[in-house]
Amino acid sequence: MGSELSGVLVPFQGEKGTLIPILQAVQAKFGYLPEEAVFEVARFLDMPASEIYGVATFYSQFRFTPPGKHTVKVCLGTACYVRGGAQIMEAIETELGIKAGETTPDMQFGLERVACFGCCALAPVIVIDDTVYSKMTPGKAKEIISSYK
Amino acid sequence: MSFLEIQDRAKRKWSELERGSKPRILVGTATCGRSAGAMEVLEAFEEELRKRNIDAVVMQVGCVGLCFLEPIVDIIKPGKPRICYGEVTPEIVSELVRDYLVEDNPRPDLALGTVGEGMLEGIPRFFDLPMLKSQVRIVLRNCGSLDPEDIDQYIVCGGYSGIARALEISPEEVIEEIKKSGLRGRGGAGFPTWLKWQFCNKAPGEEKYLVCNADEGDPGAFMNRSVLEGDPHAVLEGMLIAAYATGATHGYIYCRAEYPLALKRLDIAMRKMKEYGLLGENILGTGFNFDLKIKEGAGAFVCGEETALMASIEGKRGMPRPRPPFPAQAGIWGKPTNINNVETIATVAAIMQKGAGWYAQYGTEKSKGTKTFALAGKVKRTGLIEVPLGITLREIVYDIGGGIADDREFKAVQTGGPSGGCLSAEQLDLPVDYETLAQAGSIMGSGGMIVADENTCIVDFTRFFLTFTQAESCGKCVPCRVGTRQMLDILDRITRGEGREEDIDKLYQLAETVRDGSLCALGGTAPNPVLTTLRYFLDEYEAHIKQKRCPALVCKELISYYIDPDKCQGCMICARNCPVEAIRGGKRMVHIIDQEKCIKCGNCLDVCPPRFGAVRKVSGEKFEVPDEPTPVVSAK
Repeated sequence: MGSELSGVLVPFQGEKGTLIPILQAVQAKFGYLPEEAVFEVARFLDMPASEIYGVATFYSQFRFTPPGKHTVKVCLGTACYVRGGAQIMEAIETELGIKAGETTPDMQFGLERVACFGCCALAPVIVIDDTVYSKMTPGKAKEIISSYK
Repeated sequence: MSFLEIQDRAKRKWSELERGSKPRILVGTATCGRSAGAMEVLEAFEEELRKRNIDAVVMQVGCVGLCFLEPIVDIIKPGKPRICYGEVTPEIVSELVRDYLVEDNPRPDLALGTVGEGMLEGIPRFFDLPMLKSQVRIVLRNCGSLDPEDIDQYIVCGGYSGIARALEISPEEVIEEIKKSGLRGRGGAGFPTWLKWQFCNKAPGEEKYLVCNADEGDPGAFMNRSVLEGDPHAVLEGMLIAAYATGATHGYIYCRAEYPLALKRLDIAMRKMKEYGLLGENILGTGFNFDLKIKEGAGAFVCGEETALMASIEGKRGMPRPRPPFPAQAGIWGKPTNINNVETIATVAAIMQKGAGWYAQYGTEKSKGTKTFALAGKVKRTGLIEVPLGITLREIVYDIGGGIADDREFKAVQTGGPSGGCLSAEQLDLPVDYETLAQAGSIMGSGGMIVADENTCIVDFTRFFLTFTQAESCGKCVPCRVGTRQMLDILDRITRGEGREEDIDKLYQLAETVRDGSLCALGGTAPNPVLTTLRYFLDEYEAHIKQKRCPALVCKELISYYIDPDKCQGCMICARNCPVEAIRGGKRMVHIIDQEKCIKCGNCLDVCPPRFGAVRKVSGEKFEVPDEPTPVVSAK
């Protein structure tokens, strides 16, 4: 992993306050923060890995297990909530057989809850990979999920 | 190149485009437009134009704010007024190209309105539409009209003349101008912007920092996203002005990672600025230096708090620290730092372009200018609006928002997100300004405005906010960490029908403790949703606690579904759709729901044919049904 990571780390050489951007770059490469990568970053920044974990676990963006092939994000911001976001989440949980924060055993789908995408006027919304689906109903959400299977 | 030369070049380029014979098509492709299918519309235009061999300019623009009518497209034919069309689909695209571009029929049936000069028969003026009439667009002035990736278009509309003017006067004079404008922090707290700048300007030290807080974390708020996506240069120009006035040498835009398009457009805009000599060393040849970087947030609501945000920029856990020292004394890396919200900064650019007096004509005595709001929830016309301060909530909800969707009853309007409060129908005539909203127990906040109708349970709504703040509490201050959890537990049990008489007093006590015992605004304001709902909707809490009843029919443990024996036609659809086989009854038999088995999913209510309407959802009342399925009486 050392050589794989050096390309990610080198651009940050000599700069201040780079831990979070580095972790973001590592996650962009692997989809999550593998333990070996965290130790590699620790050596690069000359700081304890425990401190890096302290920072990484503070932010909801970072994950420590591999993601599913598709990431389903269900918005549970206020507008989506008022328009039935919780029912959308329930429907998708039933459809995929997992809870928010989990990945299906076949690693096809990861399910996450998000606090707001800023598409409130089109609530409720879900985002699969990078595509936003608006004005969801439990039925529509199930159909869309099926189309990714 | 001097600013005048830059401006001249941009104007020449623009007038060539305007005088040209090509029609221009503007497609709104901000995130909201995209989720409604704007990219498909864009492709459809390109395809259709190619097919018909029409030479036209197709431009991507930001969001004009009428999110409920997305995708929105504007067409400008040479010599004709600009026409705005809403809810455009690829099918409508081919009709518009055929009827308006090829023939000369502007299709008034599809048009929303004409923008700018000129009128067309049968088409109203866009800004006379009911949802736009009472709006004053300063921050959103360019959103939906300009290509955010083209710096020249921004310059043609007066862009960067604000920084050019600022650079001709002293930083202190710029601060004086902002003071005259009356601008207050649009992040929510309403602290006078000029005073914040003066603190930083007066702080000793050569190296100072400026941060634009674009960590728009309030769920239900998307004002900053729209500005960053639709008019990034307004924010960047405002940052130059703020940097010059405060003496900042380095700057950061701290933008949340959930806004990829905003991040991309900022990046493009900053490259262009460098090319034009508007960023970096010796800006516009005046010797003013400013270096700017984008920092992507990593998902922590508390990072909207300024001391937490600074810790996050330094690469640490985003936890707030006590003030003093204030950021202006010791901020990022211990250097004087000034932090402003996106909207504040975008407003600064407009003030320096058009003057403080012009800006101060809008608003009230103490709350000058305009404020953007993300109007969402159960109103008919959702979207991004900008209104002069002092407008009433009623004007926003009814005149701009068009009232409640599906003609249901208004219940509450929530401002300020998880830090704000829920106001009831009695407060609808309050003017929207910092002081009035604070007196009512809410806050102006950054601009989230969510409308709830009779189908929203206030206790459950409050629980929703507490779930959010509880999860986002950084854990540093015990009253916030433990207190929000305790409040959430109590709200949980009230919604489960296990509320106790003493719960209301306990909620008050906890709310006060959390408010008074927390270091930062997250904890300080987290009790606001609880306090305002107790103040304005106490009857709903009492219905849950005393009568075990949820008046909005939301809280699962407190509702039941029944089949009305007088209406059931024994069609069996409900029984087939029940996931737990809780419905008994055969063909032409009145169906009965087994209350023990029922999981209250509501499927039966959804699938019962509307012409029967036999499924009833009730709370706190018992519905008489037969013990066993009985034959349907066909005379009904």
